[in-house]
Amino acid sequence: MSTVTGVSAADELPGPDGRKPLTGDRASTGRLGDRLFGGAATLSGVIVIAMVSLIAVFLLAQALPALTNNSENFLTSRVWAPGGEKPAFGILEFLWTTVAASTIAMLLAVPVGVAVALFLTQYAPMWMRKPAASLVDLLAAIPSIVYGLWGLMTFRAFVKPVEQFLQDNFGWFPLFAPTKITGGTIFFIGIVLAIMVLPIVTALSREVFDQTPVAHKEGALALGATRWEMIRTAVLPFGKPGVISASMLALGRALGETIAVTFLVSALSDGTDWTWSLFNGGETFASKIANNAAEFSNPSKTGAYIAAGLVLFVLTFVVNSIARIVIERRKAFTE
Amino acid sequence: MSLTTTPEHHVPDDGAPTGPTTPPSRPPARQAAREMDNPHQARAVKDILARIVMWSAFALAMVPLVWILWTVASQGVHMLTEATWWTGNQRNINSDDAGGGARHAIEGTLIQAGMTALISIPIGILTAVYLVEYGRGRLAKAISFMVDILSGVPSIVAALFIYAVWVTTFGIDRSGFAVSLSLVLLMIPTIVRSTEEMLKLVPNELREASYALGVPKWVTVVRIVLRTAFSGIVTGILLGLARVMGETAPLLILGPYTKNFQRDLFDGNMATLPTMINQDRGDFALVTAAERMWGAALTLIILVLLLNILGRVVAHYGSVKK
Repeated sequence: MSTVTGVSAADELPGPDGRKPLTGDRASTGRLGDRLFGGAATLSGVIVIAMVSLIAVFLLAQALPALTNNSENFLTSRVWAPGGEKPAFGILEFLWTTVAASTIAMLLAVPVGVAVALFLTQYAPMWMRKPAASLVDLLAAIPSIVYGLWGLMTFRAFVKPVEQFLQDNFGWFPLFAPTKITGGTIFFIGIVLAIMVLPIVTALSREVFDQTPVAHKEGALALGATRWEMIRTAVLPFGKPGVISASMLALGRALGETIAVTFLVSALSDGTDWTWSLFNGGETFASKIANNAAEFSNPSKTGAYIAAGLVLFVLTFVVNSIARIVIERRKAFTE
Repeated sequence: MSLTTTPEHHVPDDGAPTGPTTPPSRPPARQAAREMDNPHQARAVKDILARIVMWSAFALAMVPLVWILWTVASQGVHMLTEATWWTGNQRNINSDDAGGGARHAIEGTLIQAGMTALISIPIGILTAVYLVEYGRGRLAKAISFMVDILSGVPSIVAALFIYAVWVTTFGIDRSGFAVSLSLVLLMIPTIVRSTEEMLKLVPNELREASYALGVPKWVTVVRIVLRTAFSGIVTGILLGLARVMGETAPLLILGPYTKNFQRDLFDGNMATLPTMINQDRGDFALVTAAERMWGAALTLIILVLLLNILGRVVAHYGSVKK
């Protein structure tokens, strides 16, 4: 029996005259009001499906002409010159910046976010749990443009010494190779993104940790486990799928974050040499589009940016689908 | 024993369920010896370490919160104490002129958010009603999946989509309404998800009692189910609005800034708080522009926080009683 309400036992039983039970959409009577209301509800659902499909269709339709005119390889080129007679553009650089910054964000945000969630559910004194959770949620309520401002005006000065230290001491490692960029490096953006997605990781992880069956926890404690061992053997295994999907959702948010990144990145000038360094600048998909919104002058140029947006859409689509699948599988196990 | 630091769970580390205190029969000297070479000492140390890590993780998470709020509040507060901030606009005020008002931007943000709410609330609530009260089959699964996908759509992609439809395909100028449309895409999934959660909390007995009295299903949904879940739904809407108000990416693409009052959603440029911040960020080296920028940021945070607090108050005073 599903836990979803709206289904009653009566729905499952045969009717008085031996008819099959009415289920789902047909469980209502044929009254006009019922049909209208049910129809409106269904229509709204269909509108949602239509929206997502239309996003894909429109982006694809407007990206394709630009893509066919493209004289460079869209996926592997670093050039971005969508205007002019012979448009040439590739997304390799945005892809690298986006993925690298988001990866840094996840590496920082997931462990800390999970630890905060464990704190809120297992360690904090009872009186503290609710207010503390609200405080973490508050972090999610701050508009991203404010993160951008704060990063630009205040936080950057504090990250610079760290970057300098890493470049000076670990510069031999390709990811930490020194560069001339001192402002909005990939590394710095990753840190700001980590702060922004931390509350997402925490909120969802907290929810699953809270659902850990008390019997599991008390069982572990009764066997002599310390608090930490109880968490490791009962809470974390139970919450693992939730943590994974929370991280995926957070990753989706990090990949698509626009305005904070737009404020913070140091765009590279054309023809800069390729480097793996995280202390390089560069644009993410979102910041490139946002920075050039004023340039949407002719269709082919706009098409190039829409193509970049499409790639971002596909990226987040895949990431979110994975999150969804993980949650679904967990449901299958727990019910 | 080190484990007495966990007041809620006194777990003797020898594993025996002997209750909160060590049995008094054990000679003290022997106990001390046990502690010295306790093979489980490492476990206790790990436990304490984990405790420290969790507390510091929380402290670490609070640092940016306090830091951001403090920065914005301390830099922006004196703009907000001037009356013109709340009544005037930026007309004829250049970047290097001090002061000016933000009313045009506050109004723009509120009007666009209102329009967004007007469109997304009915669609969002009805979709949730469908998912909880009607849908069982493949359509419901598909809708549920699409809501998840929609909630993951980056705001810049939503904006690009509306641009592709509104400007490129239909050739209509960018306007406040176009911004609202793209915000609708971002707000619907939040409303659907929160409403769905609330509807699931409504006890089935209420529905069955209503059916037993011969009340039609749609009246049951409207007058019993939605009414019971009302406060929770309102909370979800307020939190969704708060998120949407702070969105900037759609504004950059669809809603150019203006320094004048503009209350017409369909007529060209319309100022909003995020675009006002963005405008003054261009000249943040000038003290006057930087002040305005922080002032607008603080105003935006206050708006968003007010909505959040209001949402929590509504949730607190009208939650579904189980």
